[in-house]
Formats: sequence, C-alpha cells, structure tokens
Amino acid sequence: MNNKQQNTKKVVVPIGPYHPLLEEPEFFALYCEGEKVVDVEWQAGYNHRGIEKLSESKHWDQVTFLVERICGICSTSHPFAYCNSVEDLLGITVPERARYIRSIIGELERLHSHLLWVGLAGHFLGYNTVFMWAWKYREPVLDIFEIISGNRNHYAMFKVGGVRRDIENEDIPKIRKVLGELKGQIEMLTGAVLDDPVLAARLKGVGVLTKEHIKNFGAVGPVARASGVDIDVRRDDPYAAYPLVEWKVITTENGDVFDKAVVRLLECFESIKIISQCLDAIEGKKGEIQGEIREVPPGEGIGRHEAPRGECFHYIRSDGTNRPVRHKIRAPSYVNIPTFKASCIGQTIADVAIILAGVDPCYCCTERVAIYDAEKKKKLYDFKYLVEKSKEKTEKIRKEI
Amino acid sequence: MNLKTKALKKSLWVYHMSGGSCNNCDIEILDCLTPKFDIERFGMVLVGSPRHADVLLCTGIVNKKCVERVKEVYKQTAKPCVVVAIGSCACSGGMFRDGYQMGGPLDTIIPVDVYIPGCPPKPEAMIAGIVKFLEKLK
Repeated sequence: MNNKQQNTKKVVVPIGPYHPLLEEPEFFALYCEGEKVVDVEWQAGYNHRGIEKLSESKHWDQVTFLVERICGICSTSHPFAYCNSVEDLLGITVPERARYIRSIIGELERLHSHLLWVGLAGHFLGYNTVFMWAWKYREPVLDIFEIISGNRNHYAMFKVGGVRRDIENEDIPKIRKVLGELKGQIEMLTGAVLDDPVLAARLKGVGVLTKEHIKNFGAVGPVARASGVDIDVRRDDPYAAYPLVEWKVITTENGDVFDKAVVRLLECFESIKIISQCLDAIEGKKGEIQGEIREVPPGEGIGRHEAPRGECFHYIRSDGTNRPVRHKIRAPSYVNIPTFKASCIGQTIADVAIILAGVDPCYCCTERVAIYDAEKKKKLYDFKYLVEKSKEKTEKIRKEI
Repeated sequence: MNLKTKALKKSLWVYHMSGGSCNNCDIEILDCLTPKFDIERFGMVLVGSPRHADVLLCTGIVNKKCVERVKEVYKQTAKPCVVVAIGSCACSGGMFRDGYQMGGPLDTIIPVDVYIPGCPPKPEAMIAGIVKFLEKLK
C-alpha cells in the first residue's frame, strides 16, 4: 500500500491557507489517528512571486531592493547575502566602517526577529501577556531602525560595495540608550519565560529533534543549534565585522521547543553585545562607507549570511552585462520546514501549532513554483521536463556563443 | 445614512488576508494591536473567520494561486464589507508588477474601498486611513 492510500483511512485536519494561526497563506494537512498526528503534508505556493525570475530583469543595484522584499521580517539578510555574493564575484573588500554598519543592521534585525518569535510563540500557547510584552519591547528596535534608515522595516541600507547611508555620530548615544534599556527588559522577559513552570511543562520534550534529524534534514540556524549542532555562518565563514568583535555561539542539547526558545532569547544578548562593540568602533570617527564599482565582469559568486532563522544563501552568475543571468536563492526556512516530518509525528494535535511555530518558519522566503494543467489534472513541468528544458537552453546558448 | 452603514461604523471587526506578500504589511497589522498602538481601544479586533468581519484587510500582490481564494473569502463576508488594500503591492503591484505570478492588483479582483500605500505602511498610516474612511461615511 502506498502512502496516499494509507492516508485516506485517517482523519485529515486541514490548517490553512487562511487560518487565524498563520500570518501567511499556507496549507497544512494533518493526518490523525485520534489525537495523535501520524503524517503531515505541506502545500506551498500562495506566496510565490517569482523573485528569481524578476531579478534577471533588474540591474545589479535594483536587485538589492528586490531581494529585500522577499521577506519582511528578515529583510536585511537577503540583501546582505546578495551583496556578499556580488562582492565575491568582484573580489573586492568593503570599507571597514561599512562592515561595522552592516553588522549593526544585521544584529538589530536578529533582535527584532527573535522578539517577534517569542511573542508569537506566547500567542500560540495562549500566553497573550508574553505576546504583548515581547512586541512592546520590539518597538524600540524598530525606532532605532527609523532613526538610522528612515523606515521601520525594509531599511534599504545595503549596496554592493558598502552601505547606502552612514550612521550619524549624534545618533549613536540615542541608540546606546535604547539598547541599554532593552537589555534589562529582555533579561526580565527571559527570566519570566524560562522560569515559568507552566511553560516548562508545556514545552519541554515537545517536538524533539535529535542531532541525527538535523543532519538528515540539513536544518540550520537556531533550530540546529538547539539540538546541539554547532553551526553559525558568522563564525564559520566570517564576513562583515563579525571576526572583529567578541561574541559566542549559543547551543543547547535537548532540541525541543523549550530549547529553541532558550537559544533565541540568549542570542538576543549576544546581538546586543555585538552592536555595542560595533558602535564603539565607529563612534567619533569618519570613513568611507562605499567602495567604487565600475562594472561587473562575467563570472559567478556565492554569498552567505546568518539570518535570524539560519543560513541564507545566494548564488549569482554574470555575463558581463548590467544584470544577473541567474540568481539562485535558498532561504533558511527551505531546509527547516521539512523537519516537521520528524518533529510533528507522534505528537498530539494541540502541540502541533507550537511545533510548527518553533521552527520560526518563514513561508514567503520558501516559495517554489509548480505548474499544473487544470483540465488534465497533471503536473506540467515535472523534474524531467525541467531538465530537458535546461538542456535545451544550454544548447541554445552554446550555439549563440 | 442607512441602518447598515450606521451599524458598520461601530467597533470594526477586522479579518486579515495575505495574498502573496512579503509578510511585512501583515506584521505591521499585528503591530497595530500591540501596546504601542493598541487599536483595540476603538473596539477593533482581529477575528478568525471572514463571516464575522466588517473589514477585510488585504495585503500582497494576490498571486495566481490566491485569486480564487481571495474571491471566495470576499464572497463569505457579510455585506456591507469594507475592503482595504494595504501596502504598495495590493494597491498597484509595486515592483512585482511584471512578474509571471502576478494575479492582481487587488482592485481587479474585488472592489476596494480604501487604499493605504507604503512599503510597508506604518501602523499610524493604517489607522489614519481607516479614520479618513469613517469620516467619509458620515
């Protein structure tokens, strides 16, 4: 009996695509036996916007704005990885001041993203107090972004070869003041969340992912670090100002939802540490914030960035014109979401919501496309067809060259 | 002003629907409910079903897969229902206008009453948009 026939005998609980639990349109089918979940199916595509294709029609500078709009929460990680990839192709180094500013923006984003997650997790558990708290403490971070870049989200700070705007020296004391207050507030929040007996009973041992699972699914970011897999692009493949400052990678051993919360909350303190050191380094000084780039030669480059959810990967290929011929994006949620298969199965329906949320999935980063013929009910572009198409295109290009 | 519009103006219940957005407008909508902006003091609540909603907040470009779903959700709402297009994507398509997956913009699919542009619009802008609309109803 194949998988599908087996599934028809079980009760199906649909979640989505428009569901009060989900911010984004997404569809999950939970196959249940009684209270127990035996299988999960995931359907994507409601958020697909065809960004990789659009990127081929924009020039190098415009692509930074386009990739920023892949995702609203981690909206700096995509330009960060993209700029890294183009700089890899160009073989240039970024001015030191720009490197510090890049790290500051990246870490501020991690702060607001993790606080957002803590709030949402509290909301899913029915702890709306945690939701309101965490989101209240997130507001000052957005205010800092408004001071630096003029917008609360989508900061448009990145540019190939540097950053678009400087952080003014008179703004630095304001940022420091907010960060100082924030540290105390997050300490209080961390204590409240981690010492709460109800939350511990609710989250410990729920949705456990072992080291084996992580390695098999190739999961990254806080999901991997909560299971004791010590990976972090910021340390393993240093870029921007990360090798120039003191900080440490947070890992825990158990791999349940509680540990994921611990990792995220403790990472907030590391982020504050990094930001303060970067501010020390740029305070009172002046310097170049962008390098000079005339043109992009033919070639290919890769760039990585440790986004709040894990490693974000960009690949670009240039043919010497003013736009990329191929732009490949792999967001962290793409490898983290399949871990549902391991973590949800065998759990009760009530726990699934928090397990799904525990990964901090970002669906708008992850969208892929598949084309169906509605009349014949069949997939038009399957893998074989795509391979043939790809071979055809190679053949065409070869002839042209 | 008839009875229906008079009743509509009191404590708007909001249903939020994302039609292929980058998530940012959706987060800013949620932000409206949190302590800093706290629109619940005006009686506005996010509801779980379109059948309870007075206002439909729609974000994103509405991609081809979402078009039918958006129509269906609009059909389910009790009329009169105010449709608000939030963000540049829902208003005009923004930078995704030329994309192959573009099914919108929103006003080609369902009738739109209020446009709130911005990428993303600030919570203040959203509140201002709704207030302007309510004044127009008077």
